[in-house]
Amino acid sequence: MAPFDLATLGNLAYALVFGALGFGFGAALEMGGFGDTRKLAGQFYLRDLTVLKTMFTAIVVAAVLIFLASGLGVLDLGRVYVNPTYLWPGIVGGLIMGVGFVIGGFCPGTSLVAAATLKVDGILFVAGALTGVWLFGESVSSFDTFWLSSYMGRFTLPDWLGLSVGTTLVLVVLMALAMFWAAERIEARFAPVPAPVPPRRRALRRAGAGTLAAVALVVAARGQPSPDERWARSSRLQEQVRDRAIFVHPAEVVALRKDVSLQIDVLDLRSEHDFNLFHVGGARRVDPAALETPEELKRLRDRPPSSVVFLVSNDEDRALTAWRRLVAQGVGNLYVVEGGVNRWLELYPAPACVAERATAAAPEEPRWRLAYATGASLPSAWPELASSREFRVPCEDPMSHAPGEHGERWPAHAYAKRVKLQTKAAVKGGCG
Amino acid sequence: MATPKEPRPYIDPYLAGALLGVVLFLSFFVTGGGLGASAALSRVQTGLLDLFAAGHVDRVAYFAEMAGGTRNPWLHYSVYMLAGTLVGGLASGLWNRRVKLETRGGPRVPKALRWALAFAGGVIMAYGARFARGCTSGQALSGGAVLSVGSWAFMFSIFASGYAVAWFARRLWT
Repeated sequence: MAPFDLATLGNLAYALVFGALGFGFGAALEMGGFGDTRKLAGQFYLRDLTVLKTMFTAIVVAAVLIFLASGLGVLDLGRVYVNPTYLWPGIVGGLIMGVGFVIGGFCPGTSLVAAATLKVDGILFVAGALTGVWLFGESVSSFDTFWLSSYMGRFTLPDWLGLSVGTTLVLVVLMALAMFWAAERIEARFAPVPAPVPPRRRALRRAGAGTLAAVALVVAARGQPSPDERWARSSRLQEQVRDRAIFVHPAEVVALRKDVSLQIDVLDLRSEHDFNLFHVGGARRVDPAALETPEELKRLRDRPPSSVVFLVSNDEDRALTAWRRLVAQGVGNLYVVEGGVNRWLELYPAPACVAERATAAAPEEPRWRLAYATGASLPSAWPELASSREFRVPCEDPMSHAPGEHGERWPAHAYAKRVKLQTKAAVKGGCG
Repeated sequence: MATPKEPRPYIDPYLAGALLGVVLFLSFFVTGGGLGASAALSRVQTGLLDLFAAGHVDRVAYFAEMAGGTRNPWLHYSVYMLAGTLVGGLASGLWNRRVKLETRGGPRVPKALRWALAFAGGVIMAYGARFARGCTSGQALSGGAVLSVGSWAFMFSIFASGYAVAWFARRLWT
């Protein structure tokens, strides 16, 4: 990732970073001739294919650099915003935009550049665009079922094709180069005034194309870092474990479960045997290996920003191992229950006739011996409900006779808050 | 060398693309997100609307998300980027002697018609951009570079629709 953290910058520096990126964006567009509507419209009459050439060059150059940086371990792809796919709304929006492009002769970004260089048509296009976004805002609620449909989350070409990132990248680069070759042929045929390319420029273009293809091949050959390598490279994540920032006290889990604005899920990584004996209410049991299937990873990554997932095992080791691998693969809002189920039962003990303490257990072994498979039937599984819900308890529960001040079954445990909701990826694309 | 009054020629389209690609990469590298323009337009519009009809902004969910209550639609990275884009375009225009109050369009289109069409095209384009959750920069360029399936589908649908309409609109441009 970047050599500095955007969140730590002051407001002015933060604005300047984005301003500088915008400056580069505007300047590159203007230099390429994107402020001239005739050049843009020429694309659709095959006279001037600058739009296609510039756009696809930009995409493949950026793609090759991004995956090169990720392959070298300097850019964490898990923290890069990938536009989520809403397939059909995207296609319909694209069809509408094609009409607007031919009628108006700009797209939003290029119209800004035209307006900045005082082209009256560009200024009026921007005025029209401001009207268009207003009309959209006013009308979207009447078709939001469609607008929110065909959501596929973070869905990339490698996922779709079932190929590695590197192979996909090489294919995309080759496709772009083939398109450039065709574009030159088409222009030579349809341009009103064919502009011959000087030999020196032609040689430079070939060198550029060769370099791009070569780098893409190198990226493909090197491959992308495995979860373990990503983990080893991320000092940020290692620090979080060292500071115990990812271990959440059971009482905080209980408190968060009471918050109706959050969706809290507990994933139990223990064996089915242990799970059936006792588990936290609502927990889902899953094998650590099953967590890393593409479907499960996608489900975890695409969860809404208001949801938090807790991993729990008997102690912490097994949950921590799974945490590392998942976080290295871009799963956010993920925490480990501090001390695992063993600690949970210590803080929220089961009735004495059901559970007794086992002695000298090895790590990740249950420290409580349960008389039968209680599942989530004991009050201990639902501490947040324990004072309000009737539980069928198999024997006299001494704790129920000694309620706390407000009739609670257990004392309020003090804890340090650890859960920090990542409300969204640091920055969505400019058009998010 | 061009005479002082004449604008300099545009740079090679592939070079422009490579520069744009480097800027796009830097954007991902530094901020974790790509470039864009339409989200900022949406914020500017909501900010303007908020000056006149704050109550209305609060009632329409789409606007309220940006400027409801005490939220400030202006203090957003996309707006900073928009300001930068304008300044960058102006700077390059000044350097290359292309800043000039003029109207450009097809050779057979009178100015007033070109202005009306530019406005209408802007309305349609921005409506489509919000529909697709991004414009050619935010969705096609940025999403395309990180190989998002939706962005590639979107990009090809713009070109398909543009070519389909171009024949009917040929008098506007040729």
